[in-house]
Amino acid sequence: MAQTPPELSHLIETIMYARNAGKFLNIVGGGTKCFYGEEQCGEPCDVRRLSGICSYEPSELVITARAGTPVEEIEAVLAKHNQYLAFEPPRFANGSTVGGVVAAGLSGPARVGGGSIRDFVLGATMINGKGELLTFGGQVMKNVAGYDVSRLLAGSMGILGVICEVSLKVLPIHSSRITLVVDRDEEAALSFLIGLARQALPVNASAWHDGKVFVRLSGAPSAVEEARKRLGGTVLEPGEALAWWDAVRDHRHAFFTRSDAPLWRISVPAVAQPMKAANQFIEWGGALRWLYTDDSIVEVRETASALGGHATLFRDPHRRSGVFTPPSGALLEVHRNLKHAFDPDGIFNVGRLYPGL
Amino acid sequence: MNATRDGWLANPADAERREVRRAEVVSALEGVLPHELILSHREDTQPFECDGLTAYRAQPLVVVLPETEEQVVSILRTCKKVGAPVVARGAGTGLSGGALPHEMGVLLSLARFNRIVRVDPVSCTAVVQCGVRNAAISEAAATHGLYYAPDPSSQIACTIGGNVAENSGGVHCLKYGLTLQNVLKVRGYTIQGEAIEFGSEALDAPGLDLLGIVVGSEGMLAVTLEVTVKLIPKPELARCIVASFDTVEAAGNAVANVIAAGIIPAGLELMDKPMTAAVEDFVHAGYDLDAAAILLCESDGTTLEVEDEIVRMNAVLTASGATRLEVSQDEAQRLRFWSGRKNAFPATGRMSPDYLCMDSTIPRKNLAAILRAISEMELRYGLRCVNVFHAGDGNLHPLILFDANNPEELHLAEKFGAEILETSVTLGGTVTGEHGVGVEKLNSMCVQFSGAEREQMFALKRAFDSQSLLNPGKVIPTLHRCAEYGRMTVRRGMLAHPEIPRF
Repeated sequence: MAQTPPELSHLIETIMYARNAGKFLNIVGGGTKCFYGEEQCGEPCDVRRLSGICSYEPSELVITARAGTPVEEIEAVLAKHNQYLAFEPPRFANGSTVGGVVAAGLSGPARVGGGSIRDFVLGATMINGKGELLTFGGQVMKNVAGYDVSRLLAGSMGILGVICEVSLKVLPIHSSRITLVVDRDEEAALSFLIGLARQALPVNASAWHDGKVFVRLSGAPSAVEEARKRLGGTVLEPGEALAWWDAVRDHRHAFFTRSDAPLWRISVPAVAQPMKAANQFIEWGGALRWLYTDDSIVEVRETASALGGHATLFRDPHRRSGVFTPPSGALLEVHRNLKHAFDPDGIFNVGRLYPGL
Repeated sequence: MNATRDGWLANPADAERREVRRAEVVSALEGVLPHELILSHREDTQPFECDGLTAYRAQPLVVVLPETEEQVVSILRTCKKVGAPVVARGAGTGLSGGALPHEMGVLLSLARFNRIVRVDPVSCTAVVQCGVRNAAISEAAATHGLYYAPDPSSQIACTIGGNVAENSGGVHCLKYGLTLQNVLKVRGYTIQGEAIEFGSEALDAPGLDLLGIVVGSEGMLAVTLEVTVKLIPKPELARCIVASFDTVEAAGNAVANVIAAGIIPAGLELMDKPMTAAVEDFVHAGYDLDAAAILLCESDGTTLEVEDEIVRMNAVLTASGATRLEVSQDEAQRLRFWSGRKNAFPATGRMSPDYLCMDSTIPRKNLAAILRAISEMELRYGLRCVNVFHAGDGNLHPLILFDANNPEELHLAEKFGAEILETSVTLGGTVTGEHGVGVEKLNSMCVQFSGAEREQMFALKRAFDSQSLLNPGKVIPTLHRCAEYGRMTVRRGMLAHPEIPRF
């Protein structure tokens, strides 16, 4: 492949070396999410040399960037054209890269109004475990040509291959955005949030903590104003609102900065019962519940399962194994087979998603 | 290309082998299924010989019409045991031959799974069996002021199971997303007959995001039996603008300008002059017949929001050179505006005995370029082509008119279509936006994907279906087929322009 740029050839060589030598590779971008997932193993495979925006045309609503491009760089370029990544990717430290954002598959507070990161991945170029450079999806909104492997990479924790380039759908920034604060206890807050989903309101993000519901409205000025009148509450000063949501998104909010207890991410149907637990932070209209608890992994999993969802050991001072809820039955088999289909020798991020995978 | 034309029936030895096989498969199925749910006589299987892509037909060995999930499990286990291919079928409205029967396989009709299990206005979700019609979901949710957003033109007939298989879109998906963005969970069975669930009622599920790969997999990974969909509140008001343009280019630029102005319309559709004339003749929507192209641009939301947005849309469209603008004044008029667009296919059917509908997607900026290329192809192939276009998301539906009774015309139409798809890939697009690859676009997949990429897709399929029994022969062309087709991969993306420094 004479045309392959040197940075890519180097990556492919690294992969072929690992494959032949029977070594594990630990794919690394900005290293801002090292705390997330199971313990890493293997030699670092740094993708930050694959950096820069490849193409961006605001009227196409698509940006294509190499995996090592910092998210801040992408957002800055988009902001110049009044556009943004509508899944609001969290960044837990400086230097978060777009490849890492896709591999981790996490979406921020705007998940409620915008959708998940998977909904915004339009295409990707990757290298599989055989060292083959492959492109799936594309740069257009609608594409059903073959299996859309690019979407499968969202949240794959790097176990299927090295992401080299991604195309993401972007959206215009709404002209009006305000945050309302309403006092409610947990139970009342959850019914309030579920009620919001049933009305055609421009709710972009919502959260509950410590007796207060925060609702971010984003849309046309008239729609935001109508919703404000209907919902009541107090309007947060814009600077304060921006800082508050950014802190929630990036886990700099005081709730998230404890390091003495395990932080659980519990994903449930929004209509699931209140957990009535102390040390809780609710997002996504009730569908995402963050919880500090010393209960055992099994106990938390049972609680989540009883609520119709699943639990992730998001941050753990003890770094216990069993971070993600394991698939069962036919799904487990499919996971094993998919890993083998993409990475037959098992070199990429082995064990990062599930032990042994 | 008629599948039976060159297929098993042509050769007497093959035909005999096929009868033997049919007897084997029928006898295996009779062990697990009531006799009346198995159809194996030609007159009974004939209605299943094709889907919405009628140019391709094949007789299945057997058609089964299960009524319960247990029966589906038994059928799958039996087919797995005897190594018989299984093709699942819903309403058969697909446009790419995704439900084309396998001549040595079982056609699994899921039409009887047509029950709406529940509509839950609190969680804004509905649980429906795979054979429920798309429009029936919104009808059932209407009493709660909710609806299911994806609205493919065939929505009165097509089923949610088929929508999941194809990741169907519709005229409102620019703002509301495709099937994938509106589905929470898919429950079904693997080819082994094991229960499997993709996604969850929460906003995500643990592990790899398999829902994202199963939606749009054209029935090749698992059999979908039940789908949990998201319902959203019906907007208070929707209004539609019909804008006329002197040139197709001007209409294309207007689309880019609307998006660049930060507006995401609820729908943004383009029809060229011949298409407009055809639908006007059919539904009398009051379209401007002098325009080179018309745009339908819809706003929805609260009353105030829509009023504001219509003003902004009108301003952008006027500045983009619209020669005439008409805004719907009431719901009846809005529906009339849309009736033309939604009837583009039947209207085309009145113009020509047969037509091929293409489905490529291109970056919007290349709209004028592709339409110019299509006009040039019309002259070269000597066939007419009319164009409807989901302009907002770059999804083209050129309809190539031909007469199937003239074998030469069918052949030319196929070549014409293939050239449109190849041109779309060259322009940075994809061979199918929403209709799927099926059997129709297998050759074009050789153009869009490299051998290694296609092999990776096969490997992905085998991860679900090791013997390749679910809908085999669709979506991914074999290396052999691509070699025979003899086209080079047209690379977009990373290696397409080696002269440009990229890394």
